[in-house]
Amino acid sequence: MEIVHVYTKDREEFGRQCLLWDRPTELLADILPDQNLASNFIQRNHRDQAVQAGRQVSEHQVNTERFESDSHGVNHVEGGWPKDINPLDMEQTIRFRKKAEKDESYLNSIQQLGSVTEYCSRQNNAVDIYQEPFDGWEEVEESPEPPSAKTINVFRDPNEVRRTVTGLSWHPDGGRKLAAAYSCLDFQKTSRDMSLDSYIWDVENPNRPELILKPASPLVCLDYNPKDPHTLVGGSYNGQIVYWDTRRGSQPVELSSVEHSHRDPVYKIIWLQSKTGTDAFSASTDGQVLWWDARRLSEPTERLVLDPTREGNLDRALGAISLEFEATMPTKFMVGTEQGLVVSCNRKAKTPTEKIVCTYDGHHGPVYALQRNPFFPKNFLTVGDWTARIWSEDIKESSIMCTKYQMSYLTDACWSPVRPSVFFTLKMDGMLEVWDILFKQSDPMLSLKVCDRALYSLRVQDNGRLVACGSQQGETTLLEICSELSTLQKNDKSLLATMFERETKREKILEARQREIRLKERSRSEQSREEEIGREDGEDDPDQLITRAESDFYSQVEAELKRRERREEEALREKDVCEEKEVNDEEEAGRNETSS
Amino acid sequence: MAEVEETLKRIQGQKGVQGIIIVNSEGIPVKTTLDNSSTVQYAGLIHQLVMKARSTVRDIDPQNDLTFLRVRSKKNEIMIAPDKDYFLIVIQNPSD
Repeated sequence: MEIVHVYTKDREEFGRQCLLWDRPTELLADILPDQNLASNFIQRNHRDQAVQAGRQVSEHQVNTERFESDSHGVNHVEGGWPKDINPLDMEQTIRFRKKAEKDESYLNSIQQLGSVTEYCSRQNNAVDIYQEPFDGWEEVEESPEPPSAKTINVFRDPNEVRRTVTGLSWHPDGGRKLAAAYSCLDFQKTSRDMSLDSYIWDVENPNRPELILKPASPLVCLDYNPKDPHTLVGGSYNGQIVYWDTRRGSQPVELSSVEHSHRDPVYKIIWLQSKTGTDAFSASTDGQVLWWDARRLSEPTERLVLDPTREGNLDRALGAISLEFEATMPTKFMVGTEQGLVVSCNRKAKTPTEKIVCTYDGHHGPVYALQRNPFFPKNFLTVGDWTARIWSEDIKESSIMCTKYQMSYLTDACWSPVRPSVFFTLKMDGMLEVWDILFKQSDPMLSLKVCDRALYSLRVQDNGRLVACGSQQGETTLLEICSELSTLQKNDKSLLATMFERETKREKILEARQREIRLKERSRSEQSREEEIGREDGEDDPDQLITRAESDFYSQVEAELKRRERREEEALREKDVCEEKEVNDEEEAGRNETSS
Repeated sequence: MAEVEETLKRIQGQKGVQGIIIVNSEGIPVKTTLDNSSTVQYAGLIHQLVMKARSTVRDIDPQNDLTFLRVRSKKNEIMIAPDKDYFLIVIQNPSD
């Protein structure tokens, strides 16, 4: 409600003198508080609130641009000769010197200084300062530190669209450079703007690749020529072989012709030992292994089809995923296939049927890596599915050593070139594992998480300390392994030799036993077959096989169940026996108490 | 004059002493027993070193002053005795 007080004054009264008089105060309006309105409001809780009056500061870090500094020495030649004397003039300088020698202060100071210096000089002669104080003491052995590895550098794919690092190769001469092949191996996932380049990185400079290799199709693998460090050969996604000379720039010097190359991506290419130093061979999932002479890439010099029936039939051929060649055994080589078999071949065989010597049935999935132990060439390492296995050439049935089934798929592995018992494996969850079979066979010595994505390729440098691993996002990480795992210990070779022998013997014995059992069964089944009349000869029907397998299975399950029941009964019986015994004891105790 | 010569001869006669150089405050080698090029090199470099050492000592404590400077290296020892106007440099290889 509005409180209005109207005050009126007549116009004629304006300007009249004011007449003021005393009047008691008059209450014009009194509005009392309305309690009903209070119900619209709630009293708030008291609240403490801190207020700070402080100076606002902030911290920033700035990374400045690289400042190039250079060290130079300044050679101070002659001292500060006075202006009137020419320092090059011998006479003047000699005269000056002679004058200086006649100076009073010269004589005094030299005498003083001379005595001080003589004292020190004598001191030097009295005590031999260059004596080795701890000569002849034994060297203290360093306490063993836990194995570790450090990341030194990360080389990132400079393109927008990241590709997987599928192949790596160290420069053969000292390993200052690393060549990395980039491609996208996911089926039909290559985008149109994916770059085709592969790079050669200098180990010191992770910012820019040293050389860009521009093939016609992305490279899946590449290899430096160990004899000529300027040349590289690479296998590309469309099956062609490409040859580069780093002195001639980024474009390939030569390309193999499309008709004679592989029909599938070339998964592995390796240089061979030969007189000309220009031979290489490549393998691909189309089932062929081709030999090339790098000077004439138009046609392969030799061809081998990986057909296990040895007929050269391309349809039946196994796809090759990895290749192995050891320079000390130039006529033999091994191929790892997509089907999980490792095929050992002899290059010098006369007929193509003899080329494939034997096969090793290893893994459930493709054999992604295959390498002979550089110290014991009879043993080789394979990696595929979830395990890594070590084989001996003589035992064809199974591997001599096998790691546990890991949590994720293993993608690559290689032996350390320095220590015979150490090898590295890569997994799809981004872990790098270092195994030392002399120390522990069930677990890796060192397990490192290198990156969050899967790791695909691995290469150890020849000195054994630097390891490069490439990931799915195009990052190549360079790690340095601690000195323990990369220096040869005294007994390594002999211990490892005995270990391999032992395992090989074990497998041989097992193989012999298996063969015996099989022979016995075969003779038994032959007998039973002879007895029965009316049974068809020859191969079993697949249905019969299935029913037989089923009946075997059920009988085994029943046998197992019965065994378990028996075991439970025994356990129960034992428990009863125990309880009875306890009850008896208690009774006895009770009886003893009553008697005492 | 003769005492100076005698002093210097005595120092030179000590076991292992390779050479003596006397440098004045401007860096000019006044007397030397080494060849010219080495003398010039030593004089120039050591002059700077002594200036730096002296200023270091005096910065830490202005009342202090440098009395002697020894530079031991793998092959020999350079001893420098500084004064107001001159310094005396002796190069010695004591283990001989």
